[in-house]
Amino acid sequence: MTSDTEPASAPTLALPDLDSPKERRDPLKLLRDTLSSWPARISALVLGLIVLMAICAPWLGTVDPVTINPSLRLKPPSPEHWLGTDTFGRDVYSRIVYGARISLVVGAGTVIVSLLFGVFFGVLTGYFRWADLIVMRFMDGLMAIPGILLAIALVAISGATLTTVLIAISIPEIPRVARMVRSVILGVKAEPYVEAASVLGTGVWKMVWRHLLPNTVAPLLVQGTYIFAAAIMTEAILSFLGAGIPPETPSWGNMMADGRVYFQLKPELILFPGLMVSLTVLSVNMLGDVLRDRLDPRMAKRL
Amino acid sequence: MLALGNPSTLVKATVLSLCLGSISFAAQAETTITAVMHAPLRAVDPVISTAYILRNYGYMVYDTLLARDSAGKPQPQMASWTVSDDGKTYTFTLRDGLKWHDGTPVKAEDAVASLKRWSQVDKTGQVMAKLLERYDITDDKTFVMTFKEPTGIALIALSKPSGVAPFMFPKAVAETPVGQPITSTIGSGPFKFVAADYKPGVGATFVKNTDYVPRSEPADGLSGGKVVKVDKVVWTTMPDPMTAMNALMSGEIDMVEQAPHDLLPLVDGNPDLQTIVFPKQVNQNLVRMNFTLPPFDNPKIRQAALLALDQQQMLDAQVGAGSKYGKVCASVFGCTGLYPSTYRADDIIKAHPAEAKALLKEAGYDGKPILLMHATDLASLAPQGPVIAQNLRDAGFNVDMVSMDWASVVARRANKQPVAEGGWNMFSTTNVGPDVGDPIGFIGVAAGGSSAWFGWPDVPEIETLRLDMAKASDPAKQKEIAEQIDHLVIDNGVMIPMGEFQQVMVASSKLKGEISAEAPVFWNVEKAK
Amino acid sequence: MLTFVVKRILSAVPVLIMVAIIVFLVLRLSPGDPALMIAGPSATEDQLQALRESMGLTKPLLQQLFLWIGQILSGDFGVSLISGKPVTELILDRFGPTLALSLSTIVLAVAVAIPLGVLAAWQQGKWIDRLVMAGSVLGFSVPVFIVGYILILIFARGLGWFPVQGYKPLSDGFGPFAVRLVLPSVALSFPYIALIARIVRTNVIEVMGEDYIRTARAKGLTEGGVLMDHALGNAAVPIVTIIGVSIAMLIGGVVVTESVFNIPGLGRLVLESVLARDYTVIQTVILLFSTIYVFINLAVDLLYGLFDPRIRY
Repeated sequence: MTSDTEPASAPTLALPDLDSPKERRDPLKLLRDTLSSWPARISALVLGLIVLMAICAPWLGTVDPVTINPSLRLKPPSPEHWLGTDTFGRDVYSRIVYGARISLVVGAGTVIVSLLFGVFFGVLTGYFRWADLIVMRFMDGLMAIPGILLAIALVAISGATLTTVLIAISIPEIPRVARMVRSVILGVKAEPYVEAASVLGTGVWKMVWRHLLPNTVAPLLVQGTYIFAAAIMTEAILSFLGAGIPPETPSWGNMMADGRVYFQLKPELILFPGLMVSLTVLSVNMLGDVLRDRLDPRMAKRL
Repeated sequence: MLALGNPSTLVKATVLSLCLGSISFAAQAETTITAVMHAPLRAVDPVISTAYILRNYGYMVYDTLLARDSAGKPQPQMASWTVSDDGKTYTFTLRDGLKWHDGTPVKAEDAVASLKRWSQVDKTGQVMAKLLERYDITDDKTFVMTFKEPTGIALIALSKPSGVAPFMFPKAVAETPVGQPITSTIGSGPFKFVAADYKPGVGATFVKNTDYVPRSEPADGLSGGKVVKVDKVVWTTMPDPMTAMNALMSGEIDMVEQAPHDLLPLVDGNPDLQTIVFPKQVNQNLVRMNFTLPPFDNPKIRQAALLALDQQQMLDAQVGAGSKYGKVCASVFGCTGLYPSTYRADDIIKAHPAEAKALLKEAGYDGKPILLMHATDLASLAPQGPVIAQNLRDAGFNVDMVSMDWASVVARRANKQPVAEGGWNMFSTTNVGPDVGDPIGFIGVAAGGSSAWFGWPDVPEIETLRLDMAKASDPAKQKEIAEQIDHLVIDNGVMIPMGEFQQVMVASSKLKGEISAEAPVFWNVEKAK
Repeated sequence: MLTFVVKRILSAVPVLIMVAIIVFLVLRLSPGDPALMIAGPSATEDQLQALRESMGLTKPLLQQLFLWIGQILSGDFGVSLISGKPVTELILDRFGPTLALSLSTIVLAVAVAIPLGVLAAWQQGKWIDRLVMAGSVLGFSVPVFIVGYILILIFARGLGWFPVQGYKPLSDGFGPFAVRLVLPSVALSFPYIALIARIVRTNVIEVMGEDYIRTARAKGLTEGGVLMDHALGNAAVPIVTIIGVSIAMLIGGVVVTESVFNIPGLGRLVLESVLARDYTVIQTVILLFSTIYVFINLAVDLLYGLFDPRIRY
């Protein structure tokens, strides 16, 4: 532990120390490495199938997931409605298939938004001391606010849309990513080879691009998988609290939230979307774990 | 933060808050009814707010001068009255034995001060104030209301059962400006409010007011003797309806005021539970359009919307497909009240997408999206938006449904700007029967332009008729005027009735004697051991 | 040591000011008007204006912000815009249940997770390890409200061992207090058990590879002794950290759990207040949570020193 005490955050702490410079990895080799283990293979397969389902949604025997038909609401599974109908008489099967799109977009979108901004602020504060003071105070403030409460307030501000929810889930993640990137960069900056490059007059961008960023790739990959999983869960909780994606749009989160009243009478309404959430989060997490083991040679040696 | 920085304060605060009582559910020697109401009690001024939970609170703690019986006829409650032969002067006399919860007697000056505050806020009260010449306090028990012309409004107004009912406050409290919520909880009603146990948003406790002298007549609607037969009533809030039903089935609570319709199968055939419906507490769905913005500034496009909407689909989504708790109803003033109407019933009740499309074409609708506000956090409103949106889309409207919490709807519907600047085109809500059935007080039919309810319809004929209604005292005449208003409201698209549904109360079979009235009240209710 | 503590507390001040500013701006820029919520639809514009004035909402935004920060610094948190009650009173009413729920959840999570993690580490690569790890991932991936419903259905409605809902303060006796906390704590502890068990496992495995453990083994210490005395002790720093993190993360789950089990705590208070736009209450509760977060971090830092003598401040 450094004396620069980090406000703690879950995914960062789950990471190994990254105190030694590492050679840049061949992505293909990494992929092969990762997929050499069975849990990773299964996870990748499940995830692949879910992505495929999302892409091919219109051709999987689905109907329009938004069309309501109140006179047919809460029907049990039948040949027309494979998984029955929901509280508006919408086809549950179609909503689950289309819901994969929204939930994956929420997961991936959150990862992209939070990594983009997190890396930007992390590099900024790690490399330029002047930025550290101002930006990091702001980040600390943001991080100290319970994420879910901030998200509820943000959704209340701009109304419930997919974009708002995505941003609301991403914002609390940004300071965590920024902190992690910053600490990696601070560590790498002190390495002799980086100092040498600096003395030799390497330009700022080249320095950041060639020497600093590559070191953040590994922890970012792992952290990304955790953010992905957490985002899908947070979306479900926001929907439960009534501050989620608009109810018309099918997402696994708001399907569970809509169906919760019927838990005792029609458990399948939350069971199926719940199963999808669990499967997705499970496989993403598994991949993250394997990835972490592969990327951290110190640990890999011992395993 | 400073306080918590000090360890001893922190420890004290912790111990204190761990020990401070929460709501007590335990069975005690005294009889307690624990009820889950439809909303939490968070404020205690039943006059400045129209929230129904505050009206219910009002009926616990406060009393009214007059009250309506089960037939809807005004009857004496705190006061009896006489009318002068010219119909202009009403003399009210307070009955004996009325006392505030602090023991002081109720006086005529209290009543006049209460009526003055109420008539600034309430729509019916405002009409009454317009017609009133003056109040005169004759003695401690008597006051006189003198009107500018003969009218029957005094009795209608003073017995107004819902929305904002004219509750009686001590004079000092009633003199609080309407811009300032009162915090006193001293009334003269059959229950006393236990201020120490009040936790806003969590629970409220009422104990029997042992000094209350009920009228001798049996309870009938809101009139008659308010005899309290339990020692204590506890209102508790449960944010999760599923939990409330489970708690009821486990015997942890005694009633759920508004059980979710879809969960009623859970209690079917359970001998320990009963379901109760109060016909007068029927809810009317209504759709409101913004008259000041295109496209709904065009009467033809408003008619197209009226033709496009389907009541049965809305009711199916709210209370279950084909449920007996939902009924289509084309009448502006509701089908259970005094002024039912069947004017253009088919147009209103059923969807006519083809005709609506034709009308839209004729009106030159440019395809500009309708901004429809959809409240997601209230159980009865959440199903409305998607049904309306789909009906309108089927008829060729472009709809931009914006989902938000009710607080946002409340704020945004007051916005008179164009849509791009935070305005709106359409929203939907519900009102209860007693409010809907009152042509003078019903906010959904007021059509005075910028002073009207959100949507700001401007139909001067309606305003004239509403004033005529207030002046009329002959029921037949009132009925005729109401029918005229109904036609004008529909033909101008002031509001679109979207069907009526009943809330269902589920209670332990131990409870008996619930009064069927315009509001849920707790007098006359017994709890068997 | 003392200077470190003072320095850390001082460094918390700008963080909390930042929190105050962010929360204030987020709230006040949101649509919603408490006056409209209180007054209802038939209020006239004059009445609304009078209400807003009495709530202090008509002043310029920046002035309101400075006024509010000034008030906080003098220990005055204002009154709720909706109920008119002092915010401190509302928070004090709701603090006990949330504290009880959070503490029991963390205690439960730690009590279950540490043995599980050590067990998994010890049995590394064997089926029991895989079971714990798979179970822990599952713990992350089931939303807490679903866990809550399932627990209610089985243990409250089915077996009747616990009440469905509610909260009783400790002053009503330990039995009634505890029996109502069991199901909510179990439901809420799932993800934290998962999180803590994983960290414990990883770190114990890591420590087990160190030389002094080999020495301890060589000296003939039993496997259990090695695990408990050496490995777990030396893995304490990251474990304490993750427990600190868990406490800080709890609040998200608390909001949901308090709804499902009808516990009148702070999570519900803040949700209700957001839905009603009760600005003063939301601001203060979030500030309180942030303060707690900052102090938990401080406590975690101090604990490092306790567990790892190499760390000196």
